Amino acid sequence: MRLDTVDQEYMYSGHVGCPGCGAAIAMRFFLKAIGKRTIMVIPACCWSVIAGPYPQSTLKIPVLHTAFETGGAVATGVRAALDIKGDSETTVVTWAGDGGTFDIGFQALSGAVERNENFLYVCYDNEAYMNTGVQRSSSTPYGAWTTTTPGQEWKRLRKKNIVEALCAHRIPYAATASIAFPEDLVQKAKKAKAMTGSRFIHIFSSCPTGWRMPSEMSVKIARMAVQTNIFPLYEVEEGLRYTINYTPKGYLVNEYFRLQGRFKHLTEGDLASIQEMVNEDWELLRRKAGEYSS
Amino acid sequence: MQQVLEGSHAVSEAVRLARVQVISAYPITPQTHIMERLSEYCADGNMGARFLRVESEHSALAALIGASTSGVRTFTATSSQGLALMHELLHWASGARLPIVMAEVNRAMAPGWNIWADQTDSLAQRDTGWIQLYCEEGQEVLDTTIQSYRLAESVNLPVMVILDAFFLSHTFEPVDVPEQESVDRFLPPYQPKFQLDPENPCAFNQLAPPDVYMEMRYNIQSAMDYALDRFEEVEEEYFSIFGRRYQAVEPVQCEDAEIILVTSGTVTSTSRQVLADLRARGEKVGLLKVKLFRPFPVSLIRRLVSPASKVAVIDRNFSFGASGIFAQEVRAALCNLPGHPPVFGYVAGLGGRDVTTAIIEDIYWRTKNAGIPEQESFWVGISEVSHAIGHC
Ligand SMILES: Cc1ncc(C[n+]2csc(CCOP(=O)(O)OP(=O)(O)O)c2C)c(N)n1
Ligand SMILES: [Mg+2]
Repeated sequence: MRLDTVDQEYMYSGHVGCPGCGAAIAMRFFLKAIGKRTIMVIPACCWSVIAGPYPQSTLKIPVLHTAFETGGAVATGVRAALDIKGDSETTVVTWAGDGGTFDIGFQALSGAVERNENFLYVCYDNEAYMNTGVQRSSSTPYGAWTTTTPGQEWKRLRKKNIVEALCAHRIPYAATASIAFPEDLVQKAKKAKAMTGSRFIHIFSSCPTGWRMPSEMSVKIARMAVQTNIFPLYEVEEGLRYTINYTPKGYLVNEYFRLQGRFKHLTEGDLASIQEMVNEDWELLRRKAGEYSS
Repeated sequence: MQQVLEGSHAVSEAVRLARVQVISAYPITPQTHIMERLSEYCADGNMGARFLRVESEHSALAALIGASTSGVRTFTATSSQGLALMHELLHWASGARLPIVMAEVNRAMAPGWNIWADQTDSLAQRDTGWIQLYCEEGQEVLDTTIQSYRLAESVNLPVMVILDAFFLSHTFEPVDVPEQESVDRFLPPYQPKFQLDPENPCAFNQLAPPDVYMEMRYNIQSAMDYALDRFEEVEEEYFSIFGRRYQAVEPVQCEDAEIILVTSGTVTSTSRQVLADLRARGEKVGLLKVKLFRPFPVSLIRRLVSPASKVAVIDRNFSFGASGIFAQEVRAALCNLPGHPPVFGYVAGLGGRDVTTAIIEDIYWRTKNAGIPEQESFWVGISEVSHAIGHC
């Protein structure tokens, strides 16, 4: 597929993210799709730093940096103000990390989506609190080391399924996307932009620093997350109609885990049980998408 | 037009007349009547505002931060627990230099649950960079709310209009509700100095390293200093149209007073009665009502109380480990003034307990009969307390 938006850049070169930062790649492609008439709300996360310190900004769109747990609420207020001013053109986007979405910002997000606020919420998911130095979040996957799940205390709990949580709100549009599949990401962002009501895109954004892997592995690892069914690409309309957008190769999870330092303590037995969990989740998703009848 | 209004509804009327564009709030007693009336106005078309029914006070203020940065006039209201929940964003609103106006109905902090009047909730937020205005009666609540928008928008700082639970929020009084045209003359539409705009993309509230942060804070203090002058100008302009003004601190018979009582909120009204009674008996007593608490009008207070021989501050609030908060501030204002009068601190009426004329008179006599203050605060009107429990 050809990317017809590839020429437009809404990010200046010179952001201050780590080398190989998946969140920076996610932003760059997302902005190509969403365009200039956008106001972006960024609660505390790595992107509060990546966007650059005063008086510089990496982004060519207006940005409102805000408190960690306020992504859903601040966007609600921006939208209300634009409506009162008669501006229906501008898209309001919240751009938050997994911590700001799954955890501390979940209440404000749930409130905004229940009210069906007319905005697009993007969570770039690097599976931990990276800004503060790799602490676990409820998005950290089963098996992962983080600085708060060290040694033998590695995380033995499953990753929260945020898309399902939002589907329970009957959100008009929810989708997953990946930095390794830019055409799919751009197409979903454009689709979401054209809709009204609450919309959610969950972007898998690898983090070489926090995942303990070389920076050039960022895109490869993100691609493997999709190919192994660990992070399937799908979308849900009205919280009910599921579409799987990409049929993965169905690789085994081992290689994905072996390439990342955050999983290096896992035994063959651990990997086998993780494979079972991944299979189970994938089958559940296929059933919801009507591709599998039990 | 003269109407009999509950204090809460005096706020609501003022917000309607100020043509606020985005309102956001969460229910809490005793604030709720303010928001209920406003949501009716929005529903029946009496107001052209968007009313956001958010899921918490934290989100109420967060939403206004978004709306205000987008260049519209905003309002919220809360009390005690709700204000405490907003704490992080109180700093955010002032740091972002947003002219948000809030009505804060003073209610005691839990535990135990107590919905009655107590100023500790708003005073605990004194360092958050909000202008704070304490009101005494319904008319003042309405006038102050309208004035607050002029003040906030000219200095780019948020304003808290503060009224006592029940004694003011739920008490019906005759209130003159001005005509819309006169209010429009006093308060033109909001002209933001900066706002979110895709045609002119800017980053707001971004990372501020040590080489720039301190100047940003200094600017907030400059705005606070400016607000002292602006408050008086705004009052003069309001007076020229509506014939009412209140002053940052209102002195009553202070010129020849030997003892000056310092009050705020509804305790002031009761004190006015005590003042009249004592004066009739030949006592040289004066009253100083503090309305503007942030910025604290230091030089005004110095000038007004320095001729007296003693100052007695009545606090319906307390800072644990220190003293009543108005007393602290008055002491701090006077300490560099050579030969200033001693400051007696009295704590009364916490958690909605009545501060009666008898209590205020007792405060006067205690002050008169004492030489110097023997302790930082005297708790008046409390029953015998078991120290065994206090020390546990
Ligand atoms: C109320 C509050 N608590 C904690 C913090 C500190 N903090 C800032 S960013 C962050 C983690 C962000 O994690 P996430 O949302 O996943 O974004 P990431 O940094 O991983 O991109 C934390 C804990 C804060 N700013 N505010
Ligand atoms: Mg994260």
